[in-house]
Amino acid sequence: MNHTRRNFLKFMGVAAAGLCAASAGSALAVSGAGSSIKDSATAVNAKRWGMVIDTKKCGTKEAIDVLAKACHSVHNVPNIPGNQNVMWIWAAGYEQAFDQPNNYMDESVEKRQFALLCNHCTNAPCVRVCPTQATYKRPDGIVAMDYHRCIGCRYCMAGCPFGARSFNFMEPRKHLDLTTLNKEFPTRMRGVVEKCNFCVERLAYGKQPACAEASNGAVVFGDLTDANSEVRKLLREHYTIRRKPALGTEPGVYYII
Amino acid sequence: MLEKALKGSPKYYLWVGFLLLVIAGTSGAYVMQLMEGLTITGMSRDVSWGFYIAQFTYLVGLAASGVMIVLPYYFHNYKKFKDLVIFGEFMAIAAVVMCLGFIVVDIGQPQRMLNVVLFPTPNSILFWDMLVLNGYLMLNLLVGWTCLECDRQNLPHPKWSKILAYVSIIWAFSIHTVTAFLYQGLPGRHYWLTAILAARFLASAFCSGPAILLLVIMLTEKVTTFKAEAEGIATLAKIITYAMCINVFFFLLEVFTAFYSSIPGHTHSIVYLFAGYDGHSELVPFMWTAAAFAIISLALLIPPKLRNNVKLLPWSLAILVIATWIDKGLGLLIGGFNPTPFETIAPYWPTGKELLISLMIYGTGALVVTILFKIATEVKQETGASQKPAPVAE
Amino acid sequence: MKLYNGGKIITGLVIFLGVFLAPFAYNMGKAAYSQPKLKMPENEKECIESKEFMRTKHMQLLNDWRDWSLRDGKWVYVNSKGKEFEMSLQKTCMKCHTNKAEFCDKCHNDAAVTPYCWDCHIQPEGLKK
Repeated sequence: MNHTRRNFLKFMGVAAAGLCAASAGSALAVSGAGSSIKDSATAVNAKRWGMVIDTKKCGTKEAIDVLAKACHSVHNVPNIPGNQNVMWIWAAGYEQAFDQPNNYMDESVEKRQFALLCNHCTNAPCVRVCPTQATYKRPDGIVAMDYHRCIGCRYCMAGCPFGARSFNFMEPRKHLDLTTLNKEFPTRMRGVVEKCNFCVERLAYGKQPACAEASNGAVVFGDLTDANSEVRKLLREHYTIRRKPALGTEPGVYYII
Repeated sequence: MLEKALKGSPKYYLWVGFLLLVIAGTSGAYVMQLMEGLTITGMSRDVSWGFYIAQFTYLVGLAASGVMIVLPYYFHNYKKFKDLVIFGEFMAIAAVVMCLGFIVVDIGQPQRMLNVVLFPTPNSILFWDMLVLNGYLMLNLLVGWTCLECDRQNLPHPKWSKILAYVSIIWAFSIHTVTAFLYQGLPGRHYWLTAILAARFLASAFCSGPAILLLVIMLTEKVTTFKAEAEGIATLAKIITYAMCINVFFFLLEVFTAFYSSIPGHTHSIVYLFAGYDGHSELVPFMWTAAAFAIISLALLIPPKLRNNVKLLPWSLAILVIATWIDKGLGLLIGGFNPTPFETIAPYWPTGKELLISLMIYGTGALVVTILFKIATEVKQETGASQKPAPVAE
Repeated sequence: MKLYNGGKIITGLVIFLGVFLAPFAYNMGKAAYSQPKLKMPENEKECIESKEFMRTKHMQLLNDWRDWSLRDGKWVYVNSKGKEFEMSLQKTCMKCHTNKAEFCDKCHNDAAVTPYCWDCHIQPEGLKK
C-alpha cells in the first residue's frame, strides 16, 4: 500500500466514523433494574381538562390579583418590573382579551377585567412550533413545558396568539422573595420560556389548580369531556366565549360574560 | 488552497487584523449577554424577537442570492458568469455562517442548542430551517471549494460537483422559503400570516443579495487584480432590477389586500409602520425612508443608461440595500409583533450592546468573506482568469 | 532516514510534553485522593436503590424521573424491592439528604462537575441572596 497522505487521511476518516458508531451504540442503557413506575394514587384524571371563568363573579383587577397572587406564589413566579416581566395569570380589559369588539357595550362588561392565562389549546401553535418538544401536549389536554429542555428560542412566544408566554430575560431569582419560596416547586432559570401549567403538579395529588382554589367558586376546573362535570354544567347554563376562536386553536378556557 | 489566505500584502494583514480586533472587542458584549441574559437587549415580553432574528432573516436572503449567478451559469450555460460563480458560492458560505451566528446569540440557552438535533421535531419549521441552512452551507463549501481547486489545476470539474451545484440551486430557494415559513405559519401574527411572504422574501433576497454581492465584488476589483466582465456585471444589475420590481410589486399586493378588505388585523401593522398607531410612530420615518429609497433605486436602475453607468451603479445598489434592509430587517419583525396579541403597541429598539453583538457577527462574516475571496482572487490571478489588463510598461 | 527540521520538531515535542505533564508534576508528592466524607441521612438507612447503584447511576435515575413525571405524568417510582417513592428531587431526594452542601456538592466539587439542577430546583438549605 502506498503511504500517501491521501491514504492516511482515508484511514483516519474510517477510524473516526467507527469510533462514533461504537460510542453511539453504548449510550442506550437505562436505570433501575427491576423497578417500575405508576400513577399517583390520589391523582385526578381527565380526558380534556378545561376551565370556566365566571367574569361576573371575578371581574375586577383586585379579584384577579388574588388569583395571580395564589398562582405566582405557589409556582415561584418572579415579580419583574418593566416589559421583560413574567406572568402566568393576569387581568386585562375586554378589548385586550377578545378580538370581537362591540360598540355601545353594556358598561359593566366594558369596564370588566378578565383573567387571562394560557388557554391550553387543543390545537396549540406553541406545541407545533417548538423545535425540541420542550413544549408538549399531555394526553389530558394540558400544554406542558419541560424547562430542562427549552433552548430559549422563543418561537413559541411568536406562535402563541394569546400572549400567554413569558421569557426569563434575566435571572428570575433576583426578583423573588427567597424567604417565601414554595420549596415543593422549582423556580426557573434564565433563558427559558415559561407559562401557566394548569397546575399539573397539584392535579397529580388530587388538588384543584391554585387559581380555582383561591377564586371562591368563580373559576371552575374540570373535565370537558365528562357531561356531568361542573364545567359542563356551567357551559350548559351560561353563554360563554373563548379568546380568538377564529384562529382554530380551540382554547380550553371559557369565559362567562 | 488555504495557504493563500495566509500570505498577503500589508494592507491585507491590516484589514484582517482590524476585523479580528472588531470581533474581539465586541465579543465582550456577548460575554456580558451570556452572564446576564437577554435582558441586555431591547426585547420584551411582547416583542420577543428583535434585531438578531431580523438580521438572520435578511442574511438568509443574502445566502440564497448567490443562486442568481449560479442558476444562469448552470441552467442556461451563461458563460459571462463563469468567473463570478465562485464569489456567489463563497458569499453564501459567509452569509450562512452569519445566519447561524445570529441564531446562536439569540437563544436563551445556547449550551442546549443541540437539543434541536437530539430531539428532532419535524413539525417545527425551526428544525427544517436548521437542516436546510446547514445543508446549504455544506453544499456551497463542497461545490465552491472543489471547483476552485479544479480550476487551479486546470482540470475539468468533476461530474458530481455539477450535480451538487444543481441541487444547491433548488436548495437556495428552499432556505428562504423555509425561513419565510417560520413566520407565515403563525396564527395571530397578521403581518406575517400571508401566503405571499415566501415569495416576497425570495424577491427581496434576489435583489438585495446580488446587490450586496456586486458591491463586494466591486470592492474586490479595487484591491485585487480581478476584473469581472462588464457584460456579466450588466446582466447581474438587470437581474437585480427585475427582482426589485417584483419585490415592490409584492409589497403593494399586501397593501391592496389589507386596505381594500379593510380587515383591522391586516391593516393595523401596516398603519403602525407607516403612519403610527395608538400614539406610537417610532418606525414611521424609517419606513418612509425605505419606501422612498425603493423608488429612487428603481428610478436609477430601470433606465438602461443609468443602470449601465458604472460610476452610479454602486450608489443605486447601496440605496436598494438600505431600502430592503429596513423593510425586511426592521419593519418585518417589529411590524409582525405589533400590534401585540392584546391590540396594544410595544415599541422596540435595539440596545447598544445588542448592536455590538450584531457587529461581532458581521465582523465574523466579513472575515470569512475576506479569506474566501482572497483565495478565489489569488487562484484567478494564478490561472489568469478575468484579470485586469497588465499595466503597459513605460 | 533523515529528519528535516529536527531541532524545531524536537523542541516542539518537548514543550508539548512539558505542558501535557505539568498537572502530574504539580500534584507530585501530594496526598492521594480520598473519597469525601458525605453527611448521610440520620433517620434513613436505605436509599431508593442500592448504594452502588445510586453512586454510579443517580444522574441517569434523575433524568428518567424527570421524563417520567414531567412528560409521562407518572409520579410514583416502585423500586427493585417494591417500595414506592414520589419521583421528585425536591420532595423526595432532598427530604432525606437535607443538606446539598454536605452531600451533593462534596463529590461534584471534587469531580469538577456543575450539574444545573440547582439553577431551578431549590436546595433544602434554602436560597441566600
